[in-house]
Amino acid sequence: MIFRRSNFILLSAAVLLASVNTSAVADEFSDADLQRWQQQFMEVVQTGRSLWTSPTLGTNGVACAQCHPNAANTHPETYPKFQKQLGKVAPLWEMINWCLRNPLEGQPLAADDPKMIALQAYVTYERRGVKLEPGKH
Amino acid sequence: MTTINRSRRDFIKNTAALALGGALPISLVELAFAEPAQNFSFAYISDAHIQHIQGNRFVRNWDQGLIRAVAETNLLTPKPDFVMFGGDLGQLGKKEELDHGAEILSALSHKVRYVMGEHDYYLDLGEYWEKLFGPQYYSFDHKGVHFIVLNSIRTFDEWTFNRWPSKEQRMLEMAGLDNPNGSPFMVGDEQRRWLKADLAKVGKNTPIVVFSHSPLQKIYKGWNFWTEDAEKIQALLKPFKQVSVLYGHVHQIQYNQIGNISFNSVMATAWPWPYPQSYAQAEQYLPKRTVPINRADPFHERDATGWQFINLNSGRADLHFTLYDNSARTVRFNHNQKRPEDSQYQNPKARTPAQQHF
Repeated sequence: MIFRRSNFILLSAAVLLASVNTSAVADEFSDADLQRWQQQFMEVVQTGRSLWTSPTLGTNGVACAQCHPNAANTHPETYPKFQKQLGKVAPLWEMINWCLRNPLEGQPLAADDPKMIALQAYVTYERRGVKLEPGKH
Repeated sequence: MTTINRSRRDFIKNTAALALGGALPISLVELAFAEPAQNFSFAYISDAHIQHIQGNRFVRNWDQGLIRAVAETNLLTPKPDFVMFGGDLGQLGKKEELDHGAEILSALSHKVRYVMGEHDYYLDLGEYWEKLFGPQYYSFDHKGVHFIVLNSIRTFDEWTFNRWPSKEQRMLEMAGLDNPNGSPFMVGDEQRRWLKADLAKVGKNTPIVVFSHSPLQKIYKGWNFWTEDAEKIQALLKPFKQVSVLYGHVHQIQYNQIGNISFNSVMATAWPWPYPQSYAQAEQYLPKRTVPINRADPFHERDATGWQFINLNSGRADLHFTLYDNSARTVRFNHNQKRPEDSQYQNPKARTPAQQHF
């Protein structure tokens, strides 16, 4: 009995040590973690801003920012919403692709293309602080 | 022969439809005026942003906006006395863009005068533009009204002359509306001295119309809806009884009254811009009485773009907006209230859901 108990304690200590060595317990994270995650996000936002102002995202030199300075009037907080021109409820990335094909005379991006994710990160970041109003026109 | 006749008939039909919107308000307004000498109309086309791609290729969308404005202006009856082009003929100030824009404007059957925009200027500081269109600032008189054209898109010398490794980069930095590397527009000391001397020759009761590219008032600095020395110019214009400032750059309807000075913006033929209030992070000062244009619908290529004809109503400017894919709008000087007002939508109850920008 005593033997077994000490074995159990040893084992528990080993498990605890291992988890301390790799990462914190599941429900805890530090300021350093928060900063790192924010930094990861802001790097993608910056990539999105570069794409937004890039004359080479499409084929005719037109950039998203030409019509949407600071991504204004893209209203990401209202998506998904019914788009009368598409005849259905659509997410933001479908509208971004519409713009890529038409004013930019370019090719659409896949929904999970890192460029598409970056564009959406930038658009949403510029609209931070605005309340969600899905479906609103 | 049959084909020609048919297309001619269509042309006449289209002409009649286009002219209908314009002809009626002109005749109504002219009857109401006290001093017929100061009543006339001119057309105002602005912000074409002709954009060169390569070789003989230009961005088709922007070309179409300008081509249409030129065609419709030629159909105006009665014929306007002259046409103003309000700046930003090109996108990156290239010879190809200014030449192509001038070629499109050459179809106008009117005298055309030009205002300098930042997209025309920051490549060669207006050198090629001057060869095509003449001086960057000047004045003229027409039927008792004194007109002044300013180059209001200059900026600090340090930014213009010392900051950028090439003129191409300087142009690109100023061409991005929301680019934090840009610099505030201004008229500057040299032109303000010239303006003071020019105004000294003008009677205080003479109506004055000032054309600038940027607003000669401060609305939102982040997008250069702004002129750094706006107050100094307003002070020079203050002694005159009737002053109207007409500006481009903003690609949207704005109007305001500051003391004796009425401010009106004009539309772009290229694309519309959002109101600064739709940028959630912006501190902005859009004039409270401005009723916004309908929110742009990108599925209609020419939506929220257009041009305008302007009646000088006893020395005050009434703007008739010819909008390609939207109902026409009129912003008229209210002589009782002494400020510009939208003829239909000024009352908040009269506004449409599409005018509620957020």
